[in-house]
Amino acid sequence: MARLTINGKSLELKVDPSTPLLWAIREQAGLTGTKYGCGVAMCGACTVHMDGKAVRSCVLPVASAEGKQITTIEGLATGATLHKVQKAWVDYEVPQCGYCQSGMIMAVAALLKDKPKPTDADIDAGITNICRCGTFQQVREAIHAAAKA
Amino acid sequence: MKTPKIDRRSFVIGTAAVGAGLTLGLKIPFGTSVVRAQDGSPEINVWVVIRPDDTVVVRVARSEMGQGTLTGLAQMVAEELEADWTKVTTEYPTPGQSVARKRPWGNFSTGGSRGIRESNEYVRKGGATARLMLVQAAANAWGVPATECTAANSVITHKPTGRTTTYGKVAEAAAKLTPPAEVTLKDPKEWKIIGKPVKRLDTMTKVTGAQVYGFDLKLPGMLNAAIKECPVFGGKVKSFDADKVKGMPGVKHVVQVGDSAVAVVAETWWEAKKALDAMPITWDEGPNAKVSSATIADTLKEGLDAEQAFVRTNVGDAKGTFAGAAKKVEAVYAYPFQNHAPMEPMNATAKFTADKCEVWVPTQNGEAAFAATLAASGLPADKCEVYKIMVIGGGFGRRGAFHDYVTQAVRIAKQVPGTPVKLLWSREEDMVQGRYHPVMQAKMSGGLDASGNLVGLHMRLSGQSILSAVFPQNLQDGRDNATFQGVDPSGDFTLGYTVPNLLIDHAMRNTHVPPGFWRGVNINQNAIFLECFMDELALAAGQDALEFRRKLMSKHPKHLAVLNAVADRAGWGKPAPQGVHRGLAHMMAFGSYVAACAEVSVTGGDKVKVRRIICATDPGYAVNPAQIERQIAGSFVYGLSAVFMEECTVKNGAIEQTNFNTYDSMKIAQMPKVESIIMPSGGFWGGVGEPTICVAAPAVLNAMARATGKRIRTFPLKNHGYQMV
Repeated sequence: MARLTINGKSLELKVDPSTPLLWAIREQAGLTGTKYGCGVAMCGACTVHMDGKAVRSCVLPVASAEGKQITTIEGLATGATLHKVQKAWVDYEVPQCGYCQSGMIMAVAALLKDKPKPTDADIDAGITNICRCGTFQQVREAIHAAAKA
Repeated sequence: MKTPKIDRRSFVIGTAAVGAGLTLGLKIPFGTSVVRAQDGSPEINVWVVIRPDDTVVVRVARSEMGQGTLTGLAQMVAEELEADWTKVTTEYPTPGQSVARKRPWGNFSTGGSRGIRESNEYVRKGGATARLMLVQAAANAWGVPATECTAANSVITHKPTGRTTTYGKVAEAAAKLTPPAEVTLKDPKEWKIIGKPVKRLDTMTKVTGAQVYGFDLKLPGMLNAAIKECPVFGGKVKSFDADKVKGMPGVKHVVQVGDSAVAVVAETWWEAKKALDAMPITWDEGPNAKVSSATIADTLKEGLDAEQAFVRTNVGDAKGTFAGAAKKVEAVYAYPFQNHAPMEPMNATAKFTADKCEVWVPTQNGEAAFAATLAASGLPADKCEVYKIMVIGGGFGRRGAFHDYVTQAVRIAKQVPGTPVKLLWSREEDMVQGRYHPVMQAKMSGGLDASGNLVGLHMRLSGQSILSAVFPQNLQDGRDNATFQGVDPSGDFTLGYTVPNLLIDHAMRNTHVPPGFWRGVNINQNAIFLECFMDELALAAGQDALEFRRKLMSKHPKHLAVLNAVADRAGWGKPAPQGVHRGLAHMMAFGSYVAACAEVSVTGGDKVKVRRIICATDPGYAVNPAQIERQIAGSFVYGLSAVFMEECTVKNGAIEQTNFNTYDSMKIAQMPKVESIIMPSGGFWGGVGEPTICVAAPAVLNAMARATGKRIRTFPLKNHGYQMV
């Protein structure tokens, strides 16, 4: 059993406490926007926010997330209003296959919280997600656009 | 990727179609003549369904995996349909429907950058035919000649009276009409939707997490499966101790899958994976357990000088010129095995009952997935169906010709009848059970005359043949023509040089590691071999790399045009900024002409910064320039990740790399600024998703050689200590 707060909702999940947070989010909480890409915190597809910080949920035991505020891609928008990063992603048509973009968007949203006007060097240091389609050129443009929004 | 003309798949499909009848047709609740979509809306023809609210549903048979084909094909139909683009949506027909209706949507295969270029004519005709029927239906209702009516933005106007109606209002009547036998397609000059950077149709759900990938699928009562196949290709399961894990949380079943894999089926995937990892499995590794990268490399090396080879081009007497040449230049290159590593690992969901087998799968080829379903289930076509997942989390060739994961999913489902089972591969499974970019070596030999002209060239390839492993029926007298992508005498992969004495041949050296089509595939290494060697020849001739090439290109004006375009934009011949070095490459690939000029600096001897890449492409027609730009930029990520970082090595018969920590991929910090020059010259249809990849590596390698004075000929560059920064 684990008690998690995901996107503002308190949930009691039937899950072994050693289960990675990613799988509890997907398989117990039923939120499939957060993706599995590697399981070893290399690719960032599983990025969510824990108390506002970007974390790679595939290596984080669910027990360590108890009592924390977890935000997934499904909880990023405010009602029908997209988060400024999501809006920039639409405006700049960032996603290709889109599979890694939930994690990419969550990583960027956390970066902008820390550094509201990131330089290219900040982006290079802060965003280390893998995208095999190779959307980085649009990702960079969209981050700068979101920072201005 | 080469298009097989006739392959095993179409044979299976064709055979299956005979017995299928029309039992799988779309439901026909209201009449006999109108075919209806699931929601009851009438089909004007197989490509176009129109709903009463004027929504235009365009049927797309090819698969969307990020490359934008879904939007591009919808643009093609909507253009000729004169549809209101804001009301266009899309859906996939199923392979079962295709079989039942005798393949009205043609080929489903989405590889080889063929999605748009191969189907452009018939999908445009589909749109044009539907438009004529809609206009005719309006004219009939008004009792006027159709020639007095025009259509635009999904509205039909009777010109003399100014009366108007909409597609949604006349769709029912139009669907009952006999389609016109002949349609005339628009002159490209009149295009309003094709050629425009319209927004993709599938963006919103990808930024909210709402997009359902195959890996996200949920079905009532569904269980989840994790699988391990013998890591040595060709090996088998010897034994496994299911009792050890049967009591673990969530575990429902432990099953053998075929003769080479074991799966655990559990309530959740994480439970299945934990149990699988805990289960003792003994493999019968078979005869390949001693094969290593070194033994494979030796086999290929022997082929470089072997007597027997498959000859693709033999003009004049290349070898004969070398003796009398003022200078002979020789270089040996080698290219490694590489995995596709799409972000979404392989998966498929299957449900099997005694008289039905259904599969939900992200696939680049619905028909091939269907064939795999038939074969694995043992059921006839009218008892099988495949539902393609709308968006695939990356394909790059892994999900086109190969449906091993579908076969596995069906085999598991057969052992749990009535229960849907979702099979998901771990990243580790995905890395070690690939269908790898083939391993290849090349010996390049060139002869220069006293003036530095290239008088003879021999390109000897030695390595794997994809076709002999995947579509052996497509070999020509044993020769695999796909091996020669980019150096063909004619066609979609034509060599851009005229060399008076030219020999291009291939010593086929196959391995037990299964090869597969890959984004770009053989053109990638051929472009490195050829375009790096052209720079080596220019250097030996004491000539400028661009001028040396141009002298050989007078008969290849389209190749030359893209090369000139990047050279001009880069300011080739003028000094580069301090510490920056330039490199060029060009090829024809998948029917398109591509060239790149890379600007690179190397610091500390091993830190490589690719600063800027200018890329030109002439795809004939540019259906959606915004998406082409994205495919070009993304191609440099795939191509440069490959040449800098990616290699699958073999030890004891198995692939050693198991995740992104040993098989890396570029990050945003390493991304160069990519400037695209899209220069469609018209009159032909070239591909977009793959062609650019092949020029990424040689353009950068040529710049690096200028920066360092060293020529690297084996890959990836990480093996030489080079880091992309």
